Amino acid sequence: MAAPRFWREIPNRYNLIGTRCGNCNKVFFPPRYICPQCRRMGKLEPYKLSRRGKIVTYGVVHVAPEGFEDLVPYVLAIVELEDGPRLTTQVVDCDPNEIKIGDEVEMVFRRIGADREDGVIYYGFKFRKVE
Amino acid sequence: MRDVAIIGVGITKFGELWDLSFRQMIIEAGARALEDADIDGKQIDAMYIGNMSAGQFICQEHIASLIADHAGLAPIPSTRVEGACASGGLALRQAVISVASGVHDYVVAAGIEKMTDVMTEQATGALATAADQEWEVNAGATFPGLYALMARRHMYEFGTTEEQMAMVAVKNHNNACMNPCAQYHTRITVESVLKSPPVVLPLKLLDCSPITDGAACVIVAPAEKARKMDRVPVIVAGTGQASDTISLHSRQSLTGLMATTRAADMAYKMARVGPEDIDVAEVHDCFTIAEIMAIEDLGFCKKGEGGKLTEEGQTEIGGKIPVNTSGGLKGKGHPVGATGIAQVVEIVHQLRGDAGKRQVKGAEIGLTHNVGGTGGTAVVHIFKRGD
Repeated sequence: MAAPRFWREIPNRYNLIGTRCGNCNKVFFPPRYICPQCRRMGKLEPYKLSRRGKIVTYGVVHVAPEGFEDLVPYVLAIVELEDGPRLTTQVVDCDPNEIKIGDEVEMVFRRIGADREDGVIYYGFKFRKVE
Repeated sequence: MRDVAIIGVGITKFGELWDLSFRQMIIEAGARALEDADIDGKQIDAMYIGNMSAGQFICQEHIASLIADHAGLAPIPSTRVEGACASGGLALRQAVISVASGVHDYVVAAGIEKMTDVMTEQATGALATAADQEWEVNAGATFPGLYALMARRHMYEFGTTEEQMAMVAVKNHNNACMNPCAQYHTRITVESVLKSPPVVLPLKLLDCSPITDGAACVIVAPAEKARKMDRVPVIVAGTGQASDTISLHSRQSLTGLMATTRAADMAYKMARVGPEDIDVAEVHDCFTIAEIMAIEDLGFCKKGEGGKLTEEGQTEIGGKIPVNTSGGLKGKGHPVGATGIAQVVEIVHQLRGDAGKRQVKGAEIGLTHNVGGTGGTAVVHIFKRGD
């Protein structure tokens, strides 16, 4: 994979920057480039999201996709951020047996993977429980 | 728009077909469908082929041309249709629309996937391209992972149990044992499902549909021509299709598929029937939880009661609404692009009354439900006996 695919999403992935519609104020993450409600009346601008949220649902991955094998078992979750949007992420630094729906979590900056052994290393968000 | 019927069906054995190539499989299914319809290949006006990812599975794109060529049917129009695991259902819908509009008379709707020419990890990776690569797969999600997220939430909101999910797999394996073309002819128990290796908990290995090679084909024609033929015509009474966000996390509900509900509403309305009128259904059970959500979203029971309906045995042959009499994706196998057409093959057999040991007595109205990805695409068809 060529570097631009990782590079152009750095603001979104490193700093949880989504978009907000200036017309209806709805916040989107992952970013959207047209507001489904306001259509062409919408004005989408970058918006930095809160780094905290709650677990909406989760699963414990035992059979991992390529590149994630060393992490098993790991927690895959959908987190609802305080600003409203939801995202798919890993919940780390925890015992997978102690995760519950509704747990409060916060974003941490982590290495996500590498594009093959000698390829680009890419970073981004994971989440951990707030004690 | 004119009425449309299915006049012929053909299917290959489903499974690990190591001795058959992609082109051999589709020719086999196509020849069987033509023979069943008792028409000549030269009468075919066009083809729609459902296929998710020949590019990734056999490194071959432009398969519509390849198939028309090797079927000896060039120069008729041949089009590939892609909607992940819903590709087959979408191909049928395109064929139905093209016949209903009067553009074509005899049209092939086929589906095919050759999945075992790559290693299992590559196949899993190829399937995952139906999810959002940038915002789901990059976080470490797989398809079992995304369905596990739905399963956990369904358990949390409605008290659905892992045992109830296991019962879906047990039933579908039982049905597959009566289907000669099914991948599995082995019975399993609730206990063996619960004890099977974890994939993404709460889903275990036996909650998941397998990797399968297979092809299926149906012949679509105007109903007036079908009614002049010898055998029972099967009318396509309703067709519906809907889309939703590609990412699961962007949806309001994680316990049902809005695309299914919308596609079903469209198909029920067109067929002028409701869920209570359906005698037999083939639904998209790529994972056990998917069948539980599907029977709720299609209106066979209230939201949240799919686990209970399964536990009561109402979805078994002989129950209130037999579901996946073919064995479903779980027992019959899931060659992704072929699945939507294979479902139609089963419903046609059920409505003709020639489904053998798995026949639902007196079945007159049948339904097929085919899903792409985690529900970014859904397509529902309703069929009626036309005699």
